[in-house]
Amino acid sequence: MDALELARLQFGVTTVYHFFFVPLTLGLSIIVAIMHTQWVRTGDERYEKMTKFWGKLFLINFAMGVVTGIVQEFQFGMNWSEYSRFVGDIFGAPLAIEALMAFFLESTFLGLWIFGWGRLPQKVHLATIWLAALGANLSAYWILVANSFMQNPVGYEVVDGRATMTDFIALITNPNVLLQFPHVVLGGFVTGAFFVMGISAFHLLRGNRQTEENKLMFRRSFNIGMAFGLVAIVGTMFAGHAQGQHMADYQPMKLAAAEGIWEDEDPAGLSMFQIGDESSRQAIINIQIPSLLSLLTYDTPDGMVRGINSLNAEYQERFADRYDEAFAEQHGMTEVNYIPPAIWLTYWSFRAMVGAGVFMFVLILIGLFFRWRGTLLNRALYLRMMVLAILLPYVANTTGWLLTEFGRQPWIVFGEMRIEEAVSPNVGVGALLITLIGFTLIYGVLMAADIWLLWKYGSAGIDKGDGDAVPVEGVPQPDAQPAVSY
Amino acid sequence: MGIELSELWFVLIGVLFVGFFFLEGFDYGVGILLPFVGKTDKERRVVINSIGPVWDANEVWLLTAGGAMFAAFPHWYATMFSGFYLALFVILFGLIIRGVAFEFRSKADDVRWRRTWDYAIFLGSLIPAILFGVAFANIVRGMAIDETMTYTGTFFDLLNPYSLVGGLVTLSLFILHGALFLEMKTEGEIRERVQAITRPAWFAAVVLTVGFVLFSFVDTTMFDSVNPVQVVSLLGTVGALLFAGFNLFRARFGLAFIGNGLAIVGVVALLFSSLFPNVMPSTTDVAYSLTVYNASSTEYTLSIMTVVALFFVPLVLMYQGWTYWVFRKRVTTDSHLEY
Repeated sequence: MDALELARLQFGVTTVYHFFFVPLTLGLSIIVAIMHTQWVRTGDERYEKMTKFWGKLFLINFAMGVVTGIVQEFQFGMNWSEYSRFVGDIFGAPLAIEALMAFFLESTFLGLWIFGWGRLPQKVHLATIWLAALGANLSAYWILVANSFMQNPVGYEVVDGRATMTDFIALITNPNVLLQFPHVVLGGFVTGAFFVMGISAFHLLRGNRQTEENKLMFRRSFNIGMAFGLVAIVGTMFAGHAQGQHMADYQPMKLAAAEGIWEDEDPAGLSMFQIGDESSRQAIINIQIPSLLSLLTYDTPDGMVRGINSLNAEYQERFADRYDEAFAEQHGMTEVNYIPPAIWLTYWSFRAMVGAGVFMFVLILIGLFFRWRGTLLNRALYLRMMVLAILLPYVANTTGWLLTEFGRQPWIVFGEMRIEEAVSPNVGVGALLITLIGFTLIYGVLMAADIWLLWKYGSAGIDKGDGDAVPVEGVPQPDAQPAVSY
Repeated sequence: MGIELSELWFVLIGVLFVGFFFLEGFDYGVGILLPFVGKTDKERRVVINSIGPVWDANEVWLLTAGGAMFAAFPHWYATMFSGFYLALFVILFGLIIRGVAFEFRSKADDVRWRRTWDYAIFLGSLIPAILFGVAFANIVRGMAIDETMTYTGTFFDLLNPYSLVGGLVTLSLFILHGALFLEMKTEGEIRERVQAITRPAWFAAVVLTVGFVLFSFVDTTMFDSVNPVQVVSLLGTVGALLFAGFNLFRARFGLAFIGNGLAIVGVVALLFSSLFPNVMPSTTDVAYSLTVYNASSTEYTLSIMTVVALFFVPLVLMYQGWTYWVFRKRVTTDSHLEY
């Protein structure tokens, strides 16, 4: 592998890893804040116990998100210095604002929340968790403003080989971010909802082997997760649908790759299963539902969806001045192409994301039905599925980003800079291997520790130390100082 | 008004690094002292909890400084981060294990588990405490930068005697800073152990800081043309260290903490004022140096960032300051320990 491929792999590994933790932070922070609010409003101490139980799991996850986030900010300069020079005038601002407006808010008030039990007045203490949750979700907006510039650059002008900002308002109201932000944040809420529902289901499955109090609190948790999850999944799907339509206008190549459309189609069918040949650029097996893609894209049963090959030919002509034969030779290509790498990955990522999303929506509907019938606690099969369904949002989150970022390439900034031009010229294969292996090792070890802790605390009851509760191995029993809770 | 926005942002980046070194400085110091002043598990928990509510927000000063550097001086950010590639990887390694350690350490009742995370806190504090000093010493000393603003040297070029002394300066200042912080936040045996450390730590900080300044005269061009800010920050640093020592030996540790804190501010001010108008001087050819003028963003971006910073930096200082007020009490083994 050459330096470019290693740098891309490193960005992929560290970003996907970082985004295992971020969505749960976004969603669970709000759910914990809701439970805390319920406690303050009703005075029911079960809500206090729930807040502390889910809050503990939130903090274990949060720590991982924080430390892996530092790598992200440093990585642009470390591996992608030429990219950083090109976009710094635009890209740096949202990152700096993210830190000033969101990270400070999140970290300061979370510290106050963790250590504020019994020290802050009740309502002030409640405000700290809401401010921390606000900070977390605000940070998503600013980082997506930066990301949206890569997908759909706006409010800029290229001067002397550098992109310079001309319109800050255009940058932060990029149509791309206005759709991407709700999709990502609501996806995070779904992640939090399924996490809470899944762990609650695990406990509800234990039936009478636990205290009535535990059962009651996990039932409540499940219901909160279900209501929150319903709103979030519906919102995520609507935002995602709008993103797809937007993609047809702004990033047709990504849409073509995501749908496996090789040639222009009018009306375009929706591919349900495709095996393609990326070297000869065509589908070998393709099962389609006629006209459905046109309908989804344009709200009418006809309308042309551009294909990969015709878009590639168009871009080759449009960017011929900038990316000529000399450029191709310099980077070891036979000709300059504009086709995303690994179409199969983009295609199947899209299907995995949508599939996981629809599956989650159906699971919530089934849960609502059982709850309406009052039989939720007796539905062992459903509850078991909900435990496994904790993984579904992670599938959707990861594949969503794979689709977004693979489908963007070979551009790093659409229409302005290709990935080949973006890497640090002075960082060699050796240095990249050291950091790639180093990050992978440390991330692997930390993942094991993180999952172990989540399991340890997640599988312990909310209401510990009761006679009926089955002691869980490895869980510290309340000692002489029960206040030591974290 | 005679000052360009890029010059203002050079000062603001300096302010952000002052915030980072001042606040994370004592966090790192506390982390380094952890194995030496906490003899039992409970004592180590007290030490960790003394910075428990604030360490994460303190670290955001680094993220803000990095982000602001990217926004205001993209070339500085790009040259520095790609140039310090492996050094930054080591720093990141330290920051990763350290941050997770605070949260994970006390969540399992196992001696090996806790000891492992204690080492992570120690190493994760020691590494950045040294390497940020090494990095800044290299910057003021000058690095091999070519006409494309790219660092052409190797990792080992960065480990020269001068920069290593720079690393020891930040290390000693942070250890003293952390010891004085713990002196104010703990009681009993921990406090006595910390007090015993403050005096040797102060001697080390004075010797190393003075040595570093003398080394700078010999080995660098820092003082070839002296500006007033340099003089003030140099005298201020020395004065602040003497003030710290004076109070230290009279057991007025709060004042000593302020003195040492001012010394940290002084060192950052000295480094930044010595750099100006360069941000990364080149040793290959002076003409290749990155300056506040050729490395900066456009006026437009800088003016937006100025508005944002002028609004948010005071706001952040206000609510962070309030946090220190809320948690002003000493932490003891009888305290409610979260970490």
